Amino acid sequence: MIKLKINNIEVTAKKGESILDVAIRNGIKIPAVCRHSDLEPKSSCRLCLVSIKGINGFHTSCSTYVENGMEVTTDSPEIRKLRKINLELLFSQHIEQCNQCNWKYKCRLLSLAKDYNIKITKFNDRKKGFPEKKFGPSIVFDSSKCIDCKNCVQMCQKQGIGYLTVKEKDGFFQVVTDPKKECVYCGQCITHCPSGAFEEVSSVEDVEKELKNNYVVFQFAPAIRSSIGEEFGMPYGSITTGKLAASIKKLGAKKVFDVSVSADITTIEEGGELIERLSSGKNLPMFTSCCPSWVRYVEVYRPELAKNLTSVRSPHIILGGLTKTYFANKEKIDPKKIIVVSVMPCTSKKYEILREELKVDGMKPVDYVLTTRELGRLLKKNNIDFSNIKDEALDPPWNESTGAGVIYGNTGGVMESALRTVYEKLTGKELKKLDFKEVRGLEGSKEAKVKIGNRVVNVAIINGLGNIGKIDLKKYDYIEVMACPGGCIGGGGQPIPVDNEIREKRALSLYKIDKNNKIRMAHKSPIVEMIYKDFLNNKKNIHKTCHTKYFPKNK
Amino acid sequence: MDIVKKIEEAGLKGRGGGAFPTALKWTLAKKAKGKEKYVVCNASEGEPNVFKDGYILDNCLEEVINGIKIAQDFISAKDSYIYLNKNYSINKDVGNIIVFKKNSGYIGGEESSMCEAIEGKRAEPRKRPPFLTDCGLFGCPTLVNNVETFYYVSKIAKGEYNHCRFFSINGDVPNAGVYELPEDKTIFQALKETNNYPNFDFFTQIGGGASGEIMLPQELNKPVFGAGSITVYNRKTTDKYDLMEKWAEFFHTGNCDKCVPCREGAFRVYEMIKERNIDYDKLDDIFLTLKKSSFCSLGKGIPLPFESLMKKIR
Repeated sequence: MIKLKINNIEVTAKKGESILDVAIRNGIKIPAVCRHSDLEPKSSCRLCLVSIKGINGFHTSCSTYVENGMEVTTDSPEIRKLRKINLELLFSQHIEQCNQCNWKYKCRLLSLAKDYNIKITKFNDRKKGFPEKKFGPSIVFDSSKCIDCKNCVQMCQKQGIGYLTVKEKDGFFQVVTDPKKECVYCGQCITHCPSGAFEEVSSVEDVEKELKNNYVVFQFAPAIRSSIGEEFGMPYGSITTGKLAASIKKLGAKKVFDVSVSADITTIEEGGELIERLSSGKNLPMFTSCCPSWVRYVEVYRPELAKNLTSVRSPHIILGGLTKTYFANKEKIDPKKIIVVSVMPCTSKKYEILREELKVDGMKPVDYVLTTRELGRLLKKNNIDFSNIKDEALDPPWNESTGAGVIYGNTGGVMESALRTVYEKLTGKELKKLDFKEVRGLEGSKEAKVKIGNRVVNVAIINGLGNIGKIDLKKYDYIEVMACPGGCIGGGGQPIPVDNEIREKRALSLYKIDKNNKIRMAHKSPIVEMIYKDFLNNKKNIHKTCHTKYFPKNK
Repeated sequence: MDIVKKIEEAGLKGRGGGAFPTALKWTLAKKAKGKEKYVVCNASEGEPNVFKDGYILDNCLEEVINGIKIAQDFISAKDSYIYLNKNYSINKDVGNIIVFKKNSGYIGGEESSMCEAIEGKRAEPRKRPPFLTDCGLFGCPTLVNNVETFYYVSKIAKGEYNHCRFFSINGDVPNAGVYELPEDKTIFQALKETNNYPNFDFFTQIGGGASGEIMLPQELNKPVFGAGSITVYNRKTTDKYDLMEKWAEFFHTGNCDKCVPCREGAFRVYEMIKERNIDYDKLDDIFLTLKKSSFCSLGKGIPLPFESLMKKIR
């Protein structure tokens, strides 16, 4: 235990903690723009300056570590003056487009500008006319908003991709894309950018048009229900399933469905495939495929692993397909007139829906993807008071999922759902302990040995693509991979800011929903039972709505 | 007598510009715990008007290599490197020493940036502590010295040290070149004895052709400092804005762009001077934050030439 004083207040800390972290924990405000707890401090914004008694000069509190007896001052006229100048310089390279910005209501830069009373236009904008670049159908990088903190580059490297890099141009080292690499659209650059230079390619306006003119069906992912409240100032981890149904209805959607329902179908299909592969011993380990960034990563960077991916489609693609076949037929609606909009925690899903091989009877299963943030924006635009709206029910037939379907939003969730189902299917016995604690949590890689009957199934769970290299794939039978830290609750389409504390709260809420659900296993879902009886009762229908193929790049 | 004692007795200080006591650095590197250690000879010499390391490499390479080998033996280093300015070349045998050609701008010569570059990363300074003698190249204790320092280590080992240093004398002088002169020679004497003392109104820049301080004729009664350069400017024919623009461009393009004060500040200094439209309040603000809040010594040192020029030359 270390004892130190910050602004004459005695505080305690652990060895290895930064002054900034200790100060924040004790409610002492220090401005810091480039700092993100997922990344090593770069101490480049030079705003978190503090002075330390007995040591000359000013020190960046993000990268200066506590020592016993330290006496730290976080505010003084000189510190304020330096912060003010550095803020003015930061603004000199940032073209403000606050109106359309991801940070809009919660911009740290803007609130610091007020706190320090700076003139944000003191210098002319040196990035005027700097280009915008689109990364596929998912992400757009506006380099004129970039403040060169390089968090995005660091994060892209941490993800094991390195699509974003730094190159010298006109006397400046700038963030650029590496032409030799391909983006996997995970969107972590967006959630780690403090200046809103990265955003999703927006579909808000398209969806608004469809809402005016067409039969629009919304379906939202498991991870949305515990995160979207943040966009409306609700506490982290607020569960808002009923509010989602009510507010989306208010937008004019004809139906609001829950993708957790089809997550249960994914589990049935994927569980079946796992049982098959375990008995044949072929193409093990089997990988999950719900995460389109992971699938793209395999196709582009590890094509030799494509045969190990499960052939099962991701839940929202399955549900969109079922809506345009089974549901359309039942409701006697021309499926070509149904517009399916998925609300996803994800930017990569915008790319996934364009994959040709997913078409069902010539139709795209999903027509548009909105991120959690985009839905927030759309609701605000329509003056819908999300935090106060009265809960409404979701629409049948895709209204009630099991607990297993909801935890799909967490890292380890797909695995846990599959294990519950595979256990009962393989042994024919009732699973007593439903919680698989070993597969939960935010560590980048986890593993478990699960005894099913008389065999042990070795499983691993990866979240954060960069962690894939940390395990020996050959050791396992079944591996879940999610590109984003924490899985979908930490997705590239989720509200900002995000860090492990926030991810934890979002995740716990999904586990809470699971815990309180009467039905917690995919194969016990009445909807699943019904759909397998009425529609998924032949290979053709199962194949066209639930399975897919992959296109590994030739190396 | 062991080499570090001899170095200490000779009073040798680093000749790259920092003037850190060489014996102390060597002792720290020797004491540091690490499975592997490295020696790096910094031959990146990248500041305008400083060219003595290139001269030493061309004319006395054997002494430099000998100095590096003594260091390698002393700290039991696994490998030694010469980190070479991209415009320099070494055409003689250097034994087992690895020659690494610098591939970055000026900041790449700062010793922690240099370690990053050799490791294959972008040349960007590291936060210290830890110091390189504890955690340098590839995370191992690393002893970094300048070319000239290694040259004199060799001389000390042979008992031939003459308390000299190398002067890069240039600018508006008739006999520009590199001179080896006693280190306590004043700038005045150095100019006189090399027949370079001007017979016209002049000022000088000492210790580096960008970051060096401006010194007037009456201030030259002291030894040279920094990287050992003396640049003479004819007051009549020198446009002080042209001169400042050259420095400013050098800092703006040669820095690493990591921290806000240096990336944005150096650019604005360049912009204002280039356009000959200087807002002195803004300039003072930028100089203040450069001095007090830059990440590394390059940024902290930017204001000195400008401020000394503006103060002394009206």
